[in-house]
Amino acid sequence: MALDPTLRDTVLASVPSLRAFAISLCGTVDRADDLVQETLLRALANIDSFQPGTNMSAWLFTILRNLFRSEYRKRRREVADSDGSYAARLKTHPEQEGRIEFGEFRAALSRLPDEQREALILVGASGFSYEEAATICGCAVGTIKSRVNRARARLAELLSIDSLDEFGPDQTTRAVLVGFDK
Amino acid sequence: MQDDIPVGPKKKMLSSNNAGRGGLTREVQAKIGQQLRSIYNDVVDQGVPDRFLELLNKMDADKKKTDKDVG
Repeated sequence: MALDPTLRDTVLASVPSLRAFAISLCGTVDRADDLVQETLLRALANIDSFQPGTNMSAWLFTILRNLFRSEYRKRRREVADSDGSYAARLKTHPEQEGRIEFGEFRAALSRLPDEQREALILVGASGFSYEEAATICGCAVGTIKSRVNRARARLAELLSIDSLDEFGPDQTTRAVLVGFDK
Repeated sequence: MQDDIPVGPKKKMLSSNNAGRGGLTREVQAKIGQQLRSIYNDVVDQGVPDRFLELLNKMDADKKKTDKDVG
């Protein structure tokens, strides 16, 4: 029996967001696409363990993240040093520059600890609930919330957004504009 | 599960107070969320690259062939 066409379509529909998540993990499009491919192969080989009616996208994200954790992260650690050089590396990939604009925000994002960045992406961009993100990352809901909060705070800090209460709305808005729209 | 950042039990506290979690104002949080979704959606908007369509087609074909050989 061939793959159920409905399942196939559901898997395909998840590919664009899987790629976006993978790029945020891997840092380069080529490596991200390899990770997505590996994820699809793994998923389809184990499609019987997918429970119909549950969230296919979350299932695929979980597989992708586990693969990344087990293989790609090791590789990245070999080439990446801690803070700013990762962002610098992103900027020097000519094949990417044509496709995506690397701004200040992206550079700041790349400087977040992996766990904070993935939590922020899952909740803030992929649209998963805290509960779903916790399942994908294999941790407690409270841990995800804490990572997301720390990620936002760190981003604001990196982008020099003064965000504390002493600033009124106008000043805050100005600070945000200065911080983001360069 | 599309746009809004899910807000847990702290929702009340946030909506009643301009400064939210971690001392970030809602404006800052909103701006971060907007930037985040913007770069994410840049990729999402690229759709499904051909290599993945081809991959699924090939796997489907391989599976059919295997099933046929077995059955």
